[in-house]
Amino acid sequence: MSTAPLSRKPQARIGVYVCHCGSNIAGVVDVKEVARWAGHELADEGVVIARDYQFMCSNLGQELIEADIKEQGLTRVVVAACSPHLHEATFRHACQRAGLNPYLCEMVSIREQVSWVHTDREQATAKAKALIAGGVERVAWHEPLEPLIVPINPTTLVVGGGIAGIQAALEIADSGYPVILVEREPSIGGHMAQFDKTFPTLDCAACILTPKMVAVGSHPNITLLTYSEVERVDGYVGSFQVTIRKKARYVNTETCTGCGLCIEKCPVRVVDEVFEAGLGYRKAIYRPFPQAVPKYPVIDTVHCTYFQRGKCKACQIFCPTQPKSINFEQKDELIQVEVGNIILATGYDLFDCRRIPQYGYGRLANVYTSLEFERLCNAAGPTGGEVVLRDGVTRPKTVGIIHCVGSRDSKYNSYCSVICCMQSLKFAHLVKERTGAEVYNFYIDMRTPFKDYDEFYQKVLAEGVHFVRGRVAEVTDAARHPGEEGKIIIQVEDTLIGRQRRIPVDMVILSAALEPRRDAQEVAHKFGIACSTNGWFIEKHPKLDPVATMTEGIFIAGCAQGPKDIPATVAQGAAAAARVIGRIHQTHLALEPVRASVIAERCSGCRICNNLCPFNAISFREDLGVTEINPALCQGCGTCVAACPAGAITGTQFSNEQVFAQIEGLLMLDFSGKPVRRLEPLAAAEPAFF
Amino acid sequence: MSESDRFEPLIIGFTCNWCSYRAADLAGTSRMKYPPNVRLIRLMCSGRLDPTFVLKALAGGADGVLITGCHPGECHYLEQNYKALRRYHLLRMLLTQLGVEPERVKLVWASAAEGARFAEEVGRMVEEVRRLGPLNWPAVAADGGETVAVQTPNGGHAHEGEPLIAIPAEQEVTP
Repeated sequence: MSTAPLSRKPQARIGVYVCHCGSNIAGVVDVKEVARWAGHELADEGVVIARDYQFMCSNLGQELIEADIKEQGLTRVVVAACSPHLHEATFRHACQRAGLNPYLCEMVSIREQVSWVHTDREQATAKAKALIAGGVERVAWHEPLEPLIVPINPTTLVVGGGIAGIQAALEIADSGYPVILVEREPSIGGHMAQFDKTFPTLDCAACILTPKMVAVGSHPNITLLTYSEVERVDGYVGSFQVTIRKKARYVNTETCTGCGLCIEKCPVRVVDEVFEAGLGYRKAIYRPFPQAVPKYPVIDTVHCTYFQRGKCKACQIFCPTQPKSINFEQKDELIQVEVGNIILATGYDLFDCRRIPQYGYGRLANVYTSLEFERLCNAAGPTGGEVVLRDGVTRPKTVGIIHCVGSRDSKYNSYCSVICCMQSLKFAHLVKERTGAEVYNFYIDMRTPFKDYDEFYQKVLAEGVHFVRGRVAEVTDAARHPGEEGKIIIQVEDTLIGRQRRIPVDMVILSAALEPRRDAQEVAHKFGIACSTNGWFIEKHPKLDPVATMTEGIFIAGCAQGPKDIPATVAQGAAAAARVIGRIHQTHLALEPVRASVIAERCSGCRICNNLCPFNAISFREDLGVTEINPALCQGCGTCVAACPAGAITGTQFSNEQVFAQIEGLLMLDFSGKPVRRLEPLAAAEPAFF
Repeated sequence: MSESDRFEPLIIGFTCNWCSYRAADLAGTSRMKYPPNVRLIRLMCSGRLDPTFVLKALAGGADGVLITGCHPGECHYLEQNYKALRRYHLLRMLLTQLGVEPERVKLVWASAAEGARFAEEVGRMVEEVRRLGPLNWPAVAADGGETVAVQTPNGGHAHEGEPLIAIPAEQEVTP
């Protein structure tokens, strides 16, 4: 890799292959003329043979190249056809089969960049020739490369213990490989554990989730680290070193039986803002919910009397285990683990409805968020599943459900939160079922794709729920006439009848948007991946690679990648697991050898490049006084290559020589295809600074 | 001037493998039309763009250079497009000092989904460079940079405490 740049153009025997692509290229570009020109005019540049063919990517086309490599002794191949993103691998394989290093092949895109975007035959032909000249000049500087082979550690780290992380962890663990599952909260389960029913089948969320949680907790291949956060990630695909902070629970999990006596005896009652969404209480020593996995409680030191005032210790006094399981001296622990792959399933945060003051959340008592309503109608929730107003006893007679709160709104989030329509329909059904109240749904568009979803919508329609199409302007308690007294009034333009309506209700539910986690950017940075402008983790390809990321060995699943419902989340968790299992089975991974490397003799140790790498691939060797690049961490962007004032960093596949040569080739012909008087070329291997 | 006598500029375009090169692919697969004056080079990232590449292209006969990369915040290598942006502003100052109109070099963000934007920006760039006329680098080089007044953001001197690089007003920057 760290060969010094060549200063003189290498001698090469180059074959040029011009594809017709049926009429896709040949319809606009005179391919026969292009091939003839390349054979004659580029002979001085090393071209020994130039051919045109109907379909280069066909078996016969590939065999043509293979035969020429063997018979004509070609050392470089240029294929002028479609985009390299389509067929680069095809032609590289053809070269490899004929015994030529696959990286000595260069593709020139004369379809996407010429025939499909230009109409003038003469101009298109001239441009095709120039592009081929660029490819021919460039390929001479190509070097044979070998893919980087790295071993894969079979252990996988899953971050986030919601349903996505649970699914991923179970899939991998069931296939026989070790998993470390890290969860920030005291229990796994995520948002799904807070829900009551799940659409469209109205399964109870706990009934389908808790068995999976128990399976995670007892799986011999899963190491569960709850109440823990990833502090630091080093290394690269195959061998990441991850530092995890295991926060002090103040409970010794070795001896604790999870009997819950400590919780019962704790005298401090705290509003539970996390699991109960502020509707219920917990103790200062608590577990989020009775089915929590693991069963061990944690002490909330901010509210614990002992931690605040130095006395109480009721939990310790009443703990029945010997020795006592409550340990006030426990400290945070830093755990180092080695893993081969990482799956991020960190989920979402709910939109803060206070950001839309005209909807009254936080000001009007009976305006609820969707998550609050989930707790309200949950049989294990603060009201035991009774749908009542904040006073705790009154059943609402009319309920308004507002869709798209904080989503599909350019002021907050322009995206659709995907789940809100179905969730609101579910709420409408549950309100009807539990209270018999009149229910109004205020929607912009009703979005019910996927299996059995629209059927559910039809069912809710048949139940007599009212649907008003229009974005709600205001939710207010300011009555305008006696009929509105004591009610919450929803002011909305009903766009289907074209007039303003004021609908008095007793309770309002805001179907709040799903938003990226508040610390998503920070987490993305820690793991070396990127967030979209909306803040969701970016997948490698939105359609064809939705769970991989641009960073090798880091996968994403669930709502961290974008809003989605439970079926899609589970599918992604399993998909990410399948990708990881595939990797582990290969035991070794071949990485594209597009990498930067430092020529130590040229490096002055200025360290300008040191801070440019977001993947921490560049480090300074104090003992040698030079900078080094870790090839397995390097992703090949080439920013450091461009920055080195001494020209001491080279980038394979995109070296200065290759780019300079390509520029010269591209400018060999003018716009109309006539040869240009060549200027004295700049010395190609000159350092990057004049 | 008749259509055939019209000046046809040559423009070298640098594209990022992950966004703008794919935008060019998309323009192709969508059969959008743009003028054939631009010849593209694929880099892995706009951060790979050594300013020397631009000078080499201009010295080698190009009348303009189009640099394209991922939108700020969407770089496939996290943040390397910002480094391209930094270099771009320095490069424009350098070009001014060399006597080359800085408008001959343009930085455009285009995501893989923005084939239409890519085609549109190519068309716009070709028109802009056509209006500027041929670069004729040897004459510029011989002239020692006197043809264009040296303009730096603060009248030619970098005062202490002032940013060395001012972002030109016409350049949209949304970090």
